[in-house]
Amino acid sequence: MQLSTPLWKRLVIWALVAFGVFMAAPNLFYARVETHNDAATAIAKAAATGGVATPDQTAALATWPSYLPSSLVNLGLDLRGGAHLLAEVKVADVYKQRMDVLWPEARDALKEIRDQVGAVKREASTPDVLRISISKPEGLPAAVTKLQGLASAVVTLTGVGQKDLSVVQDGQAIVVSLTDAEKAATDTRTMQQSLEIIRRRVDAAGTREPSIQRQGTDRILIEVPGIGSAQDLKNIIGTTAKLTFNTVVGRTEDATSAPGPNNSLLPDAEHKGTYWVVEDAPVVTGEELTDAQPSFDQNNRPAVSFKFNVAGARKFGEYTGANIGQPFAIVLDKQVISAPTIQSAITGGSGIITGSFSLEESTNLAVLLRAGALPAEMSFLEERTVGPELGQDSIDAGKVAAVVGMVLVGLFMIASYGLFGVFAVVALILNMAMIFGALSMIGGTLTLPGIAGIVLTIGMAVDANVLVYERIREEIRTAHTPARAIEVGYERALSAIVDANFTTLITAIILYFFGAGPVRGFAVTLAIGIITSVFSAIYLTRLIIQAWFNWRKPKALIV
Amino acid sequence: MAWRLRLAPEKTNINFFAHQWLTFGGSMALMVAAFVLWGVMGLNFGIDFKGGTTLRTDSTTVVDVGLYRKTLEALNLGDVAINEVFDPSFRADQHVASIRISAVDGVDSISPQTLDEVKAALVKMDPHLTIPSIESVGPKVSGELVKSSIIAVAVTSFAIMGYIWLRFEWQFALGGVLALLHDVFITIGIFALFQIKFDLTIVAALLTILGYSINDTVVVFDRLRENLIKYKTMPLREVMNLSVNETLSRTLMTSLTTLIAVGSMLVLGGDVIRGFSFAIFIGVFLGTYSSVYVAKNLVLFLGLDRSEKVRKSGKGADHEFANIDA
Repeated sequence: MQLSTPLWKRLVIWALVAFGVFMAAPNLFYARVETHNDAATAIAKAAATGGVATPDQTAALATWPSYLPSSLVNLGLDLRGGAHLLAEVKVADVYKQRMDVLWPEARDALKEIRDQVGAVKREASTPDVLRISISKPEGLPAAVTKLQGLASAVVTLTGVGQKDLSVVQDGQAIVVSLTDAEKAATDTRTMQQSLEIIRRRVDAAGTREPSIQRQGTDRILIEVPGIGSAQDLKNIIGTTAKLTFNTVVGRTEDATSAPGPNNSLLPDAEHKGTYWVVEDAPVVTGEELTDAQPSFDQNNRPAVSFKFNVAGARKFGEYTGANIGQPFAIVLDKQVISAPTIQSAITGGSGIITGSFSLEESTNLAVLLRAGALPAEMSFLEERTVGPELGQDSIDAGKVAAVVGMVLVGLFMIASYGLFGVFAVVALILNMAMIFGALSMIGGTLTLPGIAGIVLTIGMAVDANVLVYERIREEIRTAHTPARAIEVGYERALSAIVDANFTTLITAIILYFFGAGPVRGFAVTLAIGIITSVFSAIYLTRLIIQAWFNWRKPKALIV
Repeated sequence: MAWRLRLAPEKTNINFFAHQWLTFGGSMALMVAAFVLWGVMGLNFGIDFKGGTTLRTDSTTVVDVGLYRKTLEALNLGDVAINEVFDPSFRADQHVASIRISAVDGVDSISPQTLDEVKAALVKMDPHLTIPSIESVGPKVSGELVKSSIIAVAVTSFAIMGYIWLRFEWQFALGGVLALLHDVFITIGIFALFQIKFDLTIVAALLTILGYSINDTVVVFDRLRENLIKYKTMPLREVMNLSVNETLSRTLMTSLTTLIAVGSMLVLGGDVIRGFSFAIFIGVFLGTYSSVYVAKNLVLFLGLDRSEKVRKSGKGADHEFANIDA
């Protein structure tokens, strides 16, 4: 009696296995393929900007033939070394900025109906609302109507038909705030901007394969391999680089003095103990910059020169023209970096920021200003740094553990099932290759728990084989012919294999959604391991056993 | 007949209910003990769950925990824990320590200045010292991680229960999941007893135990399902015994291969992941035990409605067989 599987099925199974092995192969030459890939990226980047590849790059590209697959298993931060930061964007900061910008507009609007509302004043309030009082209470309804005219429609898919501002009367005052729809839209925008700016800053620092992802509503997870420490990473992305030009109200040495409503007390960056009282509403902001470059002032000290866009240049020109002889403050991240006195109207739209910069600081500041300011401040909730040596130690230990585990499990299988054990070991080895092939193909990341997941898979992968072999043994006892015993053994073991592995797969899926970073890497390898091991037990070993059986045609089966 | 390694004789006829008071009862007692340990001693939470900062130091000079403590106490950091780390994979002159600084309430994560001070003080104490890893988690995140971990364990349990219910009967689902929780809680109890650091990777390990342990149980249940159809009149208790006996060889084989693999990870895989490997190792062991001694007992206890009607398990069974045979 012959055991057979349709030819097409056999071909598909072997093709899948061969494909897996083929895709896994580059990982054996990790360093070489990585050099090749880096060179390919560099050349593509150069080509995009019209450049050509350097001879070094071309040589590096040639280290690995381009007709072979070149995707590798990414190594996680815990294996490669690098930094991991979880930042929370203070999205509510933006509400305050919106209110500060709105105040002059609201004041001007109410001025138009001064005869009805009288004098207009901004009152102290929580930062995310604008509280306005007027001297003629009977004009309140008119004021509310007027202010409502400032609102415009929210531009989102879900917020259709809603206004961005809510204007309500609260006792003798009018309270203007952002509507929930507008807050949601603003949050989305803030997050998108923050992500984009962080990406630009990290890219400018030139690190390899950074991962910058939004998490939840207001968080950003930043993972950068190869960077020295989380602190370095924070230095690159941490500063908001929020540049504003504000009106100076006064100067004081007293850190506790009250700045008055709608003003802030800001420290001087250069002179410790000096504080400036400045108006909250900025004259011009860094968003209106078109360029910033490191340069030097007339005393040859490092400085940053900047250019405004048209709107910014006009505002700045009008302001400086109207306030000659007065100081104004250049504020960077809530510190006054300088407060020069206006000598004349600056109408050209360009200027220079001086301060006590080192050359490095001025270069850095120029980069930050060019990349744009972060729209809101960030706080860091979680930070992890792993040194490259520790990562390498982990890889080495993981490799040894995996090899030893595999050899022991293999010996154990052969001792228990003889030739059938050998078949299982062959399948196990191909299974490992398929795991790496699948990981490379989906661009999965291998982490330390991920290695543990693979080792665990080694132990569990043989389980499906064990189930089948034990079943075949039982079937032999109930006096089936050898061929029948093999067939029935596979059939009857199938439900147990599927049920048992499906539950583990459920766990792996939940782990994937629950975990981040290393744990997620574990979930991915576990899930892939389950799928490949079920495949190799149900199809692969079966094919091997059939081939052997048809070749040797044993009269009696010894499992 | 060629020689084969046998973990169990070809045909066993062990009565797995024989010492039920010891095997099942003992198990339940252990579970209660684990709860008590957990409650009394608490878990040695890592920074993932408690917030704070851990530093790993690596030096060619021998670690003097007292000296480390003195150096760091001078900085007024609050609660500091210092542990020397051992691993067979270390070089002869490699001495590693792990330093944990608890989070100060209300602070997002340790300030860069403090961290610099800590680093400077350590390097001043021992010039050969390097710091290969630093991790810092703010209390806000750690609180959420606790919550999401509990949710993850609950969701996994329910998902598994749902699947088994779909494929088997509800009694199997309930029995299987209770047996799983038995494995998980005893593992947690062991972590409490030895005060092993409990962090996010341990939760991942617990979830893996859930997945692995049900695997064993499902194989037994699968055979039970098959035998229930085959031996319609055999009392439930005996069908269960038969099923466990029939699958015993496989259960032992799989546990052993998995234990070998995880054991090699435990011994050789490095200290960074030791806690994780340890949790899985215990879990696999418990999982095997519980699928033989716990899960089916729970199903027996819950009772099964066999065939279309009436033939309930338990004491009434003999009587009913008598009726049918008559």
